[in-house]
Amino acid sequence: MAQMMYRDAVLSTIAEEMARDPSVVVLGEDVVGGMGTAGGPEAIGGIWSTSTGLFGQFGANRVIDTPISESAIIGAASGLALSGKRPVAELMFADFIGVCLDQIWNQMGKFRYMFGGKSKCPAVIRMAYGAGYNAAAQHSQSVHQILTGMPGLKVVMPSTPADVKGLLRTAIRDDDPVIFLEHKALYGMSGEVPDDPDFMIPFGHARLTRAGQDVTIVSSGLLLGFCEAVADKLAAEGIGCDVIDLRTTSPLDEEAILDSVEVTGRLVVVDEAPPRCGLAADLCALVSNKAFASLKAPPEAVTPPHTPIPFARELESAYLPSVDKIEAGVRKVLGWR
Amino acid sequence: MQLSRDALLRAYRRMKVIREFEERLHVEIMTGEIAGFTHLYCGQEAVAVGVCEHLDAADKIISTHRGHGHCLAKGCDVTAMMKEIWGSREGLGKGKGGSMHIADIEVGMLGANGIVGAGAPIAVGAALSAKIDGPGPDGLRVSIAFSGDGACNQGTTFEAMNFAVVTQAPCIFVFENNHYSEHTGVDYAVGTAGDIASRAEAFGMKAWRADGTDFFAVHDTMREVLAHVRAGNGPAAVEFDTERFFGHFEGDPQRYRGPGELDRIRAERDCLKKFRASVTAAGLLGDADLDAVDSESLDAIEAAVTAARAAARPTAEDVLTDVYISY
Ligand SMILES: Cc1ncc(C[n+]2csc(CCOP(=O)(O)OP(=O)(O)O)c2C)c(N)n1
Ligand SMILES: [Mg+2]
Repeated sequence: MAQMMYRDAVLSTIAEEMARDPSVVVLGEDVVGGMGTAGGPEAIGGIWSTSTGLFGQFGANRVIDTPISESAIIGAASGLALSGKRPVAELMFADFIGVCLDQIWNQMGKFRYMFGGKSKCPAVIRMAYGAGYNAAAQHSQSVHQILTGMPGLKVVMPSTPADVKGLLRTAIRDDDPVIFLEHKALYGMSGEVPDDPDFMIPFGHARLTRAGQDVTIVSSGLLLGFCEAVADKLAAEGIGCDVIDLRTTSPLDEEAILDSVEVTGRLVVVDEAPPRCGLAADLCALVSNKAFASLKAPPEAVTPPHTPIPFARELESAYLPSVDKIEAGVRKVLGWR
Repeated sequence: MQLSRDALLRAYRRMKVIREFEERLHVEIMTGEIAGFTHLYCGQEAVAVGVCEHLDAADKIISTHRGHGHCLAKGCDVTAMMKEIWGSREGLGKGKGGSMHIADIEVGMLGANGIVGAGAPIAVGAALSAKIDGPGPDGLRVSIAFSGDGACNQGTTFEAMNFAVVTQAPCIFVFENNHYSEHTGVDYAVGTAGDIASRAEAFGMKAWRADGTDFFAVHDTMREVLAHVRAGNGPAAVEFDTERFFGHFEGDPQRYRGPGELDRIRAERDCLKKFRASVTAAGLLGDADLDAVDSESLDAIEAAVTAARAAARPTAEDVLTDVYISY
């Protein structure tokens, strides 16, 4: 085990996979940083420090610093993937899927199916998502609910450095397009990471991070830690919470959720994305359909409101789910009737 | 064409207010009082002012993530902008947008924008609206898309240019080439060896080039460009060669710059210094006139910051307003 930050788990996994497999290539804006300047390549490196040193190690053919052209970045990733490479493309902010949605949705996500299973498109699109920096409506969003709704894509949202390591390796070695969502507020998180160069976490396997009998709390990403804090607080009162980290929203580990709710009878889904047609609504529906008889209370969703993300500190913190709001959600299902 | 004394003073004041606005934010951001991402316009003032001095409220502009200068040049209120950057509910966007989303539709400022390349197509729409309205006594109203050298690589910008040519929209694509998009040099990212104007020409519109650190070069060029576009000749483009004096965003270590580069551009490419040298040498304004503007501008910024600090903060209920429906 090594102690490592979330961002370093991203970087080291990419570097290890590039060393292992010459078909792995990286592309994105400023992933080299400093191209065409007096400071030279790698003068700065990517803005999240998740590509530092790759250019020096693997060269310009495999570490491609792109112009600001998201459609072309993602389209090129598809073309690379259809031609035998394993691209790891970076969108600097998840919000920028808006610029290249066709390439994600109509192109890379659909090739394998439309081509009758005769092609594979092993592309990873990494992107930094999430609020908490007062970066306002176009630089703070959680986009997994949009992408999870698109057949053909796998969607991963790791919550710890170890999960970054295991899930990113799986993503790079996977033959389907994978959206890899990195929460900005987690980049500095430190944790133990296995040294095994083949450590992989399979998609569709959720992780139980707290165990209890009374309520099931499902989340992923930054808010997972908030849910754990609530579970720890309630444990002191003798209330037991199962906390489930989904890890991947597509594929979805239905079984982990249903097994837990069958015991607890209560579900709280905590999500950073807006409430309509999203993960929370989806999981509440899943449990209502498939674990109806076990339910002791209506499933509860803790999400931001159906608004764009506001800028001011007071507004953003009112907007976001917090430990207090999650606790209130849990107490609501516990106190139902 | 010789500008009147009043026009010269007004242009200088606008540039100076932008300069001091940004210099002050640079200091305030380090204290941690201001939230979010802030991209400062320092160094590029002559472009925003040299362009906008030709416009009135019915002409539209659309800006970028580096928008404070465009907003101020188009007539957004200094204090209301400062309040927005402070996140006050008295700000231009009630604290909901912040630095990257300042807008004031009444003065024809259709918004700063956090998405690089998003502005140009919107500007074409505003230009088409002006075309539908038809010419007034001095010709068509126009719409101006400010874009950076980085934004010119975005497909949206290409589409907008072709669309504007095809529809003969009175749209002006103003490219501010400050040689960098974040940490990347323009010679690397713009395949025409950093030449943006020639791209615009290739789309079938007339394009100009000028020194963006010389107010008079910008202003004179824009007089020609506007005459061309207001007369109904379709869109046009201008590439201004300019400099940004600070990092891409506040906190950028700027290791991509060459040794002494910042000192050199501050010494040799400062539009305010150049303006002063040129108007005093020509005997159009005296140092005392300009010094008076300098101190007025500083006072205006001080007053704006004081007001922003004291302004009402938003409340949790404000999250749910200004949107069609809330669940
Ligand atoms: C669609 C999109 N891609 C990337 C970014 C991140 N980004 C913000 S500003 C910037 C550089 C823009 O360069 P340029 O257009 O030259 O403007 P300048 O910063 O020099 O004013 C980048 C890459 C963004 N905001 N939006
Ligand atoms: Mg630039």
